[in-house]
Amino acid sequence: MKAWDAIIIGGGHNGLVNACYLQRAGLDVLVVEKNDWVGGAATSRELTPGFLYSNCSYVCSLFRPEIMRDLELPRFGLQVISYEGGAVFTRDGDYLANYRDRDAHRREFARFSKRDAEAYDRYARDVTRQCRFIQPLLMRTAPDPTSLRPRDLGELLYLGKKFAGLSAQEMALTLRFWTMSISEFLDEYFETDVIKANFALSGIIGTALGPMSPGTAYVLLHHYMGEVDGSVGAWGYARGGMGAVTKALAASFKASGGTIRTGAEVDRVLVKRGKVKGVVLAGGEEIYGKLVVSNADVKRTFLKLVEEKELPEIFLRRVRNFKIRGSSGKVNIALDSLPEFPALPKDSPVYRGDMHFTDSMERMERAYDDWKAGRWSVDPFLDMVIPTTLDPTMAPPGKHFMSCFVQYAPPKIGGREWTDADRDGFAESVIAQIAEYSPSFRDRIVHMEVRTPREIEAEVGLTEGNIFQGELTFDQLLFNRPVPGYAQYRSPVDGLYMCGSSTHPGGGVMGAPGRNAAAEILRDLAKSTSHMSPAHDVI
Amino acid sequence: MAQATKKKPVAKAAGAPVSARIAAQAHFHTLRLGTPFQPRIDALARTQDWYNWAGYRAPHSLWDEELEYFAIRSQAALFDISPMTKYRIEGPEAEALLNRVTLRDVTKLRPGRVHYTAWCDDEGFVLDDGTLFRLSPTRFRLCSQERHLPWLLDSAVGFDVIVEEETEAVAGLALQGPTSFAVLRDAGFAGVERLKIFDLADFPHDGGPQGNTQVTISRTGFTGDLGYELFVSADMALSLWDRLMTSGDLRGIRAIGYTALNRARLEAGLIVANADFTTAEHAIRADRLRMPDEIGLGFMIDLEKGHFNGRRAILEARAKRKLRYVLVGLEIEGNIPAEHAIVYHKKAHEVGLVSAAMWSPMAKRNIAIASLARPYGDTMVEDLWVEIYAMRELQYQKLMKRAKVVARPFIKLDRRTANPPADF
Repeated sequence: MKAWDAIIIGGGHNGLVNACYLQRAGLDVLVVEKNDWVGGAATSRELTPGFLYSNCSYVCSLFRPEIMRDLELPRFGLQVISYEGGAVFTRDGDYLANYRDRDAHRREFARFSKRDAEAYDRYARDVTRQCRFIQPLLMRTAPDPTSLRPRDLGELLYLGKKFAGLSAQEMALTLRFWTMSISEFLDEYFETDVIKANFALSGIIGTALGPMSPGTAYVLLHHYMGEVDGSVGAWGYARGGMGAVTKALAASFKASGGTIRTGAEVDRVLVKRGKVKGVVLAGGEEIYGKLVVSNADVKRTFLKLVEEKELPEIFLRRVRNFKIRGSSGKVNIALDSLPEFPALPKDSPVYRGDMHFTDSMERMERAYDDWKAGRWSVDPFLDMVIPTTLDPTMAPPGKHFMSCFVQYAPPKIGGREWTDADRDGFAESVIAQIAEYSPSFRDRIVHMEVRTPREIEAEVGLTEGNIFQGELTFDQLLFNRPVPGYAQYRSPVDGLYMCGSSTHPGGGVMGAPGRNAAAEILRDLAKSTSHMSPAHDVI
Repeated sequence: MAQATKKKPVAKAAGAPVSARIAAQAHFHTLRLGTPFQPRIDALARTQDWYNWAGYRAPHSLWDEELEYFAIRSQAALFDISPMTKYRIEGPEAEALLNRVTLRDVTKLRPGRVHYTAWCDDEGFVLDDGTLFRLSPTRFRLCSQERHLPWLLDSAVGFDVIVEEETEAVAGLALQGPTSFAVLRDAGFAGVERLKIFDLADFPHDGGPQGNTQVTISRTGFTGDLGYELFVSADMALSLWDRLMTSGDLRGIRAIGYTALNRARLEAGLIVANADFTTAEHAIRADRLRMPDEIGLGFMIDLEKGHFNGRRAILEARAKRKLRYVLVGLEIEGNIPAEHAIVYHKKAHEVGLVSAAMWSPMAKRNIAIASLARPYGDTMVEDLWVEIYAMRELQYQKLMKRAKVVARPFIKLDRRTANPPADF
């Protein structure tokens, strides 16, 4: 019976990144994916004829350029296009836009407050400083602070040095930044509510926290530390939808000799005497492997796929307590023409960017209040994009695909499971909000896919539908991600590794967890990692 | 109990009504604004060589950047300074506020005078430099490169003062060069001969739609030459331009772009924010921050006047010898400009960087401004070299040239300060 060198559970972007690096190191690698397609949360699916849906993740910035280059993803079709603007619509018939041009950006803010318009430089400087601190950490394994191994000590020293490289004031700011709320952080720079709401949205996306919850400032940073070709903080569309990322990864993997089996759901991980032996598929088929890497989140991996008796009690308890709370849903819409927003000038670049309707911090926080009460937000926060304004490959000419990321949506409704009626109510809250700003919107809808945490968990496999595979709060970052003592992609089971977003440096279509896990695995196998670029210099 | 009834400082456009906000939406159609002088400048722009000055379409050159420079030094040159950031700071406690936030002693700045100053954050790092115009006992105009409204408003809490950004509302012109006085006199600005260097006064100008109003003329400039700066409300800009051009016709007046002005300012030894040093609000890398003593502005610091922003940090840095850099003028052998060249000690040890350099037509010397790591440029000034990479027909000609630390300004023109100012 064949034993693969490595079996990767889950063909999401991190699983595929991991598989690519291992295969390129000379291992014989198999990816098993439960769906009939690969991609995990980075997919493009033709859900109605002629329209490609980025039906889970929908925009690209965090994916590490070092990985794109190592794995030759451009050769396999990956292209990322920066988007052009963005806006928050205000309830008084106006909007606050974000423009790429620095002076236009300032003039736009000055429409609301001359003071805040001029406060942006200092804000951008401070956020950039924080990004520069964290960026180099993304592509390194977090040190184990309790270990005395030379490499951990070296990494700790590196962290310490980076931290010591900050001025006293920056150090204080970094500590505050990593723990404070986005609302309080923004209060230090801006006075105008809509301007704060405009920035705060990056602090709540994907997290079951409100803008006034401690820890959300870091979430903002997590959304800023990406780039599009060197333009740090910029976001773009993957041409062909987010599936283009995983399509390129899969092609790269296959080109280097890797094997993918779709429609192959793993039922459990085979463990014998504390050592991994392979996986058992849902149909009972056993596949043997010298090591197994799980792209599934830490809860799914250790609470569903590995038998409890194989795991230490404290580890198990921490995995159970790992915060991985569903907070969002998706409404994906095919449109027969570009929707009009009467508040926006027809030639506004905002159409080619991200649009929002939550124009105050209070509305944002109130939306979160609904989540706490176990119901979807009556007045939800939307992150809405129309990628087809820049990407001609996703819909027929003149027609459009619209992605609405919706927050908040709790994992359960008042303690019970979501029903179809709930899902329709949730969708209606979204459509109603858009229609308020675009009166003819409903008439343009050709097809719609609604995903609550229920659908995201069932179809994608993300526990509770949490897009980051675990909250990005400080207690769950760096050497504490996912749990203390297991932040280096290894697990209590010999030969079983983790490579998903539950691990450092966390979620988003970044690829860094998959890459870092590969580096650790190759280290354990005493194989070369010379095919893996180190993080680009931050100079 | 008596309570202080101090007004909160106001930014005028804060909380603008919805209709005004919506009316302003279309700005995104024009990413580079024209200044109030744009119709005249466009008509003279033979080179169509523009750059972005704080969101405005400003000329690098208009017809010939070298000859434009000579217009400054031989005749009179007209340069549009409207994009410069301008703040009106007015109120009974305007003097006290400015004394608190800027380095120099503002109580010594009499109404009708201008001084060159700078301001720091609480850590003593320079936020910007600029000119402070005292228009009346209670009214000031602060002109700068970067924008500082939040900082000014936050600093103004507790002071009875209004801070208003007036960049768009006020148009500005620099008229510089040996015949600049004659141009103004011939244009009918009676009494302009009484302006000594750094004086300012209002003069009548009736070109505005509201009829007879004022132009503020100061004997200031950025060229080290005889020269003036003129400020009017934006609606009077074109008539002022025409008035100067008409009277200057016989005095060789020419409109110029920034390249020529930049040469003149370098000869005058003047520094430019975010060219010769990085302003504190834009410095992402902590080691790029500079204290006044590190960029040649230590002379502004007035320790007698009481507290001002950054005072404690500046005092500490001086006492503990924590000043790490020094900005110097260099004279470099040969005639190849050393722009952005690395400065070495003994041709081997890297000690700094040239931020601006040129062959000076007025001094007939190869000059530069450089930032050096102390003690180089401070106590160690011997054996300094610059490595010039001169690109010539797709090859770098690498030159190691001796550099001598020299005093700024590189040129000193008697006509700049002569009283009464001469005809040419």
